[in-house]
Amino acid sequence: MKKLIFLGMVLAIAAIAELSFKTEAVKTNTYPALPKDSIGSVKAFMSVYRVLKSARCMNCHPAGDAPLQGDDSHIHTMNVKRGADGKGLYSVRCSNCHQAENTAGLHMPPGNPKWGLPPANMRMVFQGRTPRQLALQLLDPKQNGGRSKTQLIDHMANDDLVGWAWHPGDGRTLPPMSRPAFAAQVRLWIAKGAYAPPAKAK
Amino acid sequence: MINITVNGQHHDVDADPNMPLLWVIRDILGLTGTKYGCGAAQCGACTVHLNGEAVRSCVTKVNRAAGQNIVTIEGLSANNNHPLQLAWNEMNVPQCGYCQSGQIMSAAVLLREKPDPTDQDIDDAMSGNICRCGTYQRIRAAIHKAAAMQTEGARL
Repeated sequence: MKKLIFLGMVLAIAAIAELSFKTEAVKTNTYPALPKDSIGSVKAFMSVYRVLKSARCMNCHPAGDAPLQGDDSHIHTMNVKRGADGKGLYSVRCSNCHQAENTAGLHMPPGNPKWGLPPANMRMVFQGRTPRQLALQLLDPKQNGGRSKTQLIDHMANDDLVGWAWHPGDGRTLPPMSRPAFAAQVRLWIAKGAYAPPAKAK
Repeated sequence: MINITVNGQHHDVDADPNMPLLWVIRDILGLTGTKYGCGAAQCGACTVHLNGEAVRSCVTKVNRAAGQNIVTIEGLSANNNHPLQLAWNEMNVPQCGYCQSGQIMSAAVLLREKPDPTDQDIDDAMSGNICRCGTYQRIRAAIHKAAAMQTEGARL
């Protein structure tokens, strides 16, 4: 019996180790499910919402066609535009200034290999969305880039560009919780039923 | 050694991979048409083409350019006869001239992608290139003129 328990533990650890190295979107619905709990689910989402509305996330999910800058989320200088692919226009492409990594120093361009806005045909706006609107938008594959709930969790927990928010370079504030804590709240929101907050929630 | 191609010529450059491409272009290769303005990708004076895109060479590390094609203002045309250069000359665009190579390199990307740009296209492409003399109206007029020259040239 002890041997069986030991074997089981070894297999479980191996499975966890294997899963922790996966960065690509998982195809099947493998997210953990808990008993449905609308209050707990909404509570978790409100934590997620506070992160998504922080400048590091929202500045590249603007309501308009220009990215935002700074902790005050002002419109990006230089008349930068989204463009069809979300990577800018003509001689004002994101990667013309934004490198594959942050450029060192205050007020220097931050960077990531995937730097850009969502594309024009999938704008994924965070700015101005109420908690309910944003929750419903995030859950709708027609508005979230075609992601299943599993892929949504994977995106929030593992995507490299999302992860930039926690390594934003000199002089930029961090989102209000750590990335593991954020990912845990996303999982909890979905595991408890992926409920959207009521319309009056702020 | 870092291998880069600048204006069609291969160079093996002995430089720190983190050195700004601008320093390599100006100080090692001696091509001083590209200017240092702000050093923070804010002004556009250092704009060069990296595989056809108008990158800011003051924040682009030379490592990013390794094995890639760079074109500077010196290499934009064989005889200073790119339509933009001709139009710039004809319209007397520069005042002090410091920003102008960056302006032309940005405008060249615009004209390649949008051969007949509207004023809005020009605003969208050129707002990141700052001119302290305020030659913006002449820049706009010269881009329209260069577009017309380019179209005319294509017809001939």
